[in-house]
Parts: sequence; structure tokens; C-alpha cells
Amino acid sequence: MEVGLTHYLVVSSFLFAFGLYAIITRKNAILVLMGVELVLNAANINFVAFSRYGNLGLNGQLIALFVIILAAAEAAIALAIVLNIYKTFGHVNIDEIDNLKE
Amino acid sequence: MTIYDFIFYLFAAITILSAIMVISSENIVRSAFYLLATFFGVSGLYVLLGADFVAVTQIMVYIGGILILLLFGVMLTSNITHVEIRKGFSKVLPAIVAVGVLLGALVSVIMNTRWKIELSKIPETTSYGLGKLLITDYVLIFELLGILLLIALIGAASMARREKE
Repeated sequence: MEVGLTHYLVVSSFLFAFGLYAIITRKNAILVLMGVELVLNAANINFVAFSRYGNLGLNGQLIALFVIILAAAEAAIALAIVLNIYKTFGHVNIDEIDNLKE
Repeated sequence: MTIYDFIFYLFAAITILSAIMVISSENIVRSAFYLLATFFGVSGLYVLLGADFVAVTQIMVYIGGILILLLFGVMLTSNITHVEIRKGFSKVLPAIVAVGVLLGALVSVIMNTRWKIELSKIPETTSYGLGKLLITDYVLIFELLGILLLIALIGAASMARREKE
């Protein structure tokens, strides 16, 4: 079977499922962030694949670029929040954090 | 099997196997380095899809920026020299069932849909077309994203440096 749109979509749904699994099960906040990055990458593969196989021009690739920019902003903000959590609680186990302040 | 198929399966295997290692590794630093391999594999897939600029941006922003940021986060919040980094998983079995059902549904939908495939002509280099789109159709989004990134970085810096009174 020749590699086509379906193959890329299947790879991206695997990445999406793994990212979701990491978000659900991991306790460390940074590992949850890694799960979010996996999900964003899965979405990006879909955008670029449909841009290639759907004759939609370069719009899909451009949206993928915007997603990458948003991911950078999101990672910076999330890391700042994680550092604040670490300063306040002394750990980053998100299942034990139930207060916004001490 | 053409050479294109072979390279696709190579990059897909790199992506998926290292993603499995990211979510199953016991050591958080190892997870971060497997994530590097995942991003690299995804950027290879972009090249195969004819998106050269997106692939280079993926490497520069994800591997050069986001991954370094994550590694800094790991090193600032965990005691690396101490072997017992508390990680652990919670609710593994329900998560596997839920994610497995979701994955099965997604894959079966993708396999059973008759996609209307119309190959687009990919130009020799995409940066010309992307740049043109950025300053014509998407100029508002482009400017807004620039402002958003600036605000986010300033906010992150001021939030991370806040001292406790």
C-alpha cells in the first residue's frame, strides 16, 4: 500500500493518544507539559498533511507555524507557573496541589 | 516499496517509538531526551510532506527552544543529583482503556473514510509562498501573534522572578 494521507493521519492519532495518556497519568507537571507538546505536534501533522493532500495551498502549513508559535508561548508561561508552584510547595506533583496559595 | 515509503516508515517509527518511551520512561530527564527524538521524527515527516520551512521551524523552535525550556524546568524543580526523582503514574489502567478506545475509534474512522485526495503542487521552496501569505491574507494574525508572544514572554519572566515578601 502506497504511503498516503491515511498513513500520516494514523501516525498523528497515535501521537495524540500518547500525549493524552501522558496528560492523564503523569504526576510531574513537566511531564504533563510534554504530553501537551505531543498533542500539539499531532495536530500539526494533520494540518500539514491536509495541506499536501487536499490541494488547499499553503494555508495548512501556515496554521502549523502559528501553532508552533503558540506552543512556544504556552511552554514559557507554563514553565513560569511550574517554577512558582515549586517555590510555594517544594514539589511539582500536580495531584497533591489543591491550593492556589499557601 | 519506494524509497519515499521506506523513509516515511523510518521517520514514523522514530516518532512513535520515542513517543512511547516519553510516556513510559521512569526518568524525567530521559523522557525529555526521547521527546527530542519525537520532534526530530515529526520534522522528518514535514519534509516528506513538502513543508521544508515548517520542518526547519520545528527543529529550531521545538528542539532549540521548547525542549531546552523543559529541560531547564526539570533541572530547576527536581533534585537531579538525587536519584529518587518522584515521578510515578496514577490511574494507569483506566487511562490505558480510555486512550485505547479513543485511538481505536480514531484509526477506524480514518481507515474507513474515503478521503477525497487531490495532490497539491508543492513549489520548490515554500518560504516564498509562506512569506507572501504572512504579509497579505494573514497579516492581522501575524501581528497579533507577535504581540501575544511578547506579552507571554514578559509575563513569564515577571512571574518566574517574583520574590516572596
